[in-house]
Amino acid sequence: MGKITLRNVQKRFGEAVVIPSLDLDIEDGEFVVFVGPSGCGKSTLLRLIAGLEDVSDGQIMIDGRDATEMPPAKRGLAMVFQSYALYPHMTVKKNIAFPLRMAKMEPQEIERRVSNAAKILNLTNYLDRRPGQLSGGQRQRVAIGRAIVREPAAFLFDEPLSNLDAALRVNMRLEITELHQSLETTMIYVTHDQVEAMTMADKIVVLNAGRIEQVGSPLTLYRNPANLFVAGFIGSPKMNLIEGPEAAKHGATTIGIRPEHIDLSRETGAWQGEVGVSEHLGSDTFLHVHVAGMPTLTVRTGGEFGVHHGDRVWLTPQADKIHRFGADGKAL
Amino acid sequence: MSRRTSASRTLIVTLAAWTIAFLIFFPILWTVLMSFKSEGDAIKAPFAMLFSDWTLQSYADVQERSNYARHFMNSVVISLGSTLVALVIAIPAAWAMAFVPGRRTKDVLMWMLSTKMMPAVGVLIPLYLIFRDTGLLDTRIGLVIVLTLINLPIVVWMLYTYFKEIPGEILEAARMDGATLGSEILYILTPMAVPGIASTLLLNVILAWNEAFWTLQLTTSRAAPLTQFIASYSSPEGLFYAKLSAASTMAIAPILILGWFSQKQLVRGLTFGAVK
Amino acid sequence: MATQHSKTAARLMISPAVILLFLWMIVPLSMTLYFSFLRYNLLMPGMESFTGWDNYYYFLTDPAFSAALTNTILLVVGVLVITVVGGVLLALLLDQPFWGQGIVRVLVIAPFFVMPTVSALVWKNMFMNPVNGMFAHIARGLGLQPFDFLSQAPLASIIGIVAWQWLPFATLILLTALQSLDREQMEAAEMDGASALDRFLHITVPHLTRAITVVVLIQTIFLLGVFAEILVTTNGGPGTASTNITYLVYAQSLLNYDVGGGSAGGIVAVVLANIVAIFLMRMIGKNLDA
Repeated sequence: MGKITLRNVQKRFGEAVVIPSLDLDIEDGEFVVFVGPSGCGKSTLLRLIAGLEDVSDGQIMIDGRDATEMPPAKRGLAMVFQSYALYPHMTVKKNIAFPLRMAKMEPQEIERRVSNAAKILNLTNYLDRRPGQLSGGQRQRVAIGRAIVREPAAFLFDEPLSNLDAALRVNMRLEITELHQSLETTMIYVTHDQVEAMTMADKIVVLNAGRIEQVGSPLTLYRNPANLFVAGFIGSPKMNLIEGPEAAKHGATTIGIRPEHIDLSRETGAWQGEVGVSEHLGSDTFLHVHVAGMPTLTVRTGGEFGVHHGDRVWLTPQADKIHRFGADGKAL
Repeated sequence: MSRRTSASRTLIVTLAAWTIAFLIFFPILWTVLMSFKSEGDAIKAPFAMLFSDWTLQSYADVQERSNYARHFMNSVVISLGSTLVALVIAIPAAWAMAFVPGRRTKDVLMWMLSTKMMPAVGVLIPLYLIFRDTGLLDTRIGLVIVLTLINLPIVVWMLYTYFKEIPGEILEAARMDGATLGSEILYILTPMAVPGIASTLLLNVILAWNEAFWTLQLTTSRAAPLTQFIASYSSPEGLFYAKLSAASTMAIAPILILGWFSQKQLVRGLTFGAVK
Repeated sequence: MATQHSKTAARLMISPAVILLFLWMIVPLSMTLYFSFLRYNLLMPGMESFTGWDNYYYFLTDPAFSAALTNTILLVVGVLVITVVGGVLLALLLDQPFWGQGIVRVLVIAPFFVMPTVSALVWKNMFMNPVNGMFAHIARGLGLQPFDFLSQAPLASIIGIVAWQWLPFATLILLTALQSLDREQMEAAEMDGASALDRFLHITVPHLTRAITVVVLIQTIFLLGVFAEILVTTNGGPGTASTNITYLVYAQSLLNYDVGGGSAGGIVAVVLANIVAIFLMRMIGKNLDA
């Protein structure tokens, strides 16, 4: 079981208010991602759930029990840290066994669980090594192994992939997702990378300045961003946001259109513009087009679309994909 | 990265460095050489002394005259004892300051350092009287107490700088893994900080071994460590250079060897982590 | 990293050290303060009586005090100058590439590990003795009159002995600081057209300032309390020529058994040390980040 409920949770460091007041329900078995720019309070929120920080006010419930005052060890949660936080003086085996040893478990049971975890994580051949002798990906797996042997109510991940190189990150992303599917345990995952959030989450919590901007499934957030912040944060490349007369035509203060929802033509269209930089990725090409009276627009097109710097092109936004936002930044 | 330096330049630097090093080390070398001479030869002119016969007689005389072994044991017990007690008190304190820093942590550290600045003579009399009245005068335990308190600020500072280098996340991981505060310090922090704790221990043993104010004031014979034992040679009795040399050699040899081992860590310890 | 729980634990863990040091500071110091206002001689027990500021008056007006104060300042400043200047030069030399660096380092650091009583006695007898000392042998070899260092120039001799003990310390710390100097910074300066002298003045010297501050601070702490070197060489003499404050208080209280006068001297020493300490803590506070 791993149902976590936050009620009116607040966090202040002295005068500074990091989290003004926040309510959140995390269901058993969900993969929840906290995403937001750095300094948005997502790591602090995770640490509040872990019990590594005190809440200034409010309540944290884990499986219906009030955990607000519980020390971290008593909450039944396991955490994977950004730096992995492996114990450098212990072998892989001892690292994984440490939480079980602290729980005063029988040696045979410890042995069984450690070898089981090692099998799942492909660490069987490395059990007698020390963390210093492992690669980044292996260290990451040891950290995960140390978390899963405890069979916790929920896993907490604090930006676990940010120290890995790009290729490895994609791999580990898949491994963690698979792990979630096989264990079916609640996972809370903190990241600043919206790609990780989109690919892994059942539910994304977008945070900004300690407030929840929107909660929902990846596609909900993509299709129906509740406000300008979420619109700009989710999706890559970013949604184009246009203000002024063009927005007024749609009865909004700001309109947003994603690069992939703009049709491109050499002959005709709604807006005429001049191509600035074009980024060729092979499968896709991103064009940065200068249109009079608007910010530079990013447009996604097929890999083979042959345009050059200075070419004149016509852009047409797909009518049903235009997002409209009011003066307060909220979606209309 | 390295540049080519001309061989002649290296040669000049080598000569200069070795000459100065030899001059600085010379008094120690001379003392050691003299300790293997007879009293009659020891006071001869340098060359005559150097080429006279070698003997171990002085070492035998010293042992007979002043029971070197007992003073040596006193030094060992006092310096090691005071360092260990200081470590036991300082490890928790340094843990707290390094991992749960508060607004006043820096002030507390500075205050601890400032207690080192209090001149010993300022408290000489009361301490002497307290020791006299409690029977601690000339006892090992008395000196252990005093040297523990004298070196405590340095021990706390050194440990603090070493602990600061251990990432807090690792201790948090242990806490998440269900470790109590005790097991966190015992199973995670202490093993990780072994190199730092070892060099702290080494430096403080050296400082306590060489401490020469309280050891001279508070002991006379029973608990007298090597500092006092050597001071007893300050009033000459006839021919005594060779014996003084032998006694000196024995008093400094153990610590010289320890010191050479620890010289890398020494800088950091002595400068409270300000120079690494 | 801070829950109420861990904060409480931290306070608990820190308190033994703080309480012990606090007691160590305050109990004997207040006793000293109390004694300093008493007429109290160990040879006349039971005769203690309150005398107000008399002890201070006698201690401060005693010509021995002004002599001791001057000697203390000369000793501290003298040793600091010798060790800092010598240390910088020596560190610059040892920072160059040469053969046998490891052994030279070991030889240079050695005097620091020699206990004060040993170094004082070795210098006094084997080197400075006017009859059998090495300097006397050398002087006679050159046809000169041997010089009696400890009676002709007692303070200078003691400064020499103490400087010999502390030169290695200064050298080692300055050398370590030199070696931590960022090479890329030096190379950048060279690319920018700075001459060797410019680089020394504008990069090396500022870099060493911090290390020199630390050397001055730590040596001052120890140098104010020099005792054993004086005790075994000159006993503060001849007269008061080599008596420093520490030695004067010792002599007053444990040689003359004058607890009151000695205590007043102890308090004066504490006040003087605090003046120096305030100075130094300002310096170190800026240079050290806790």
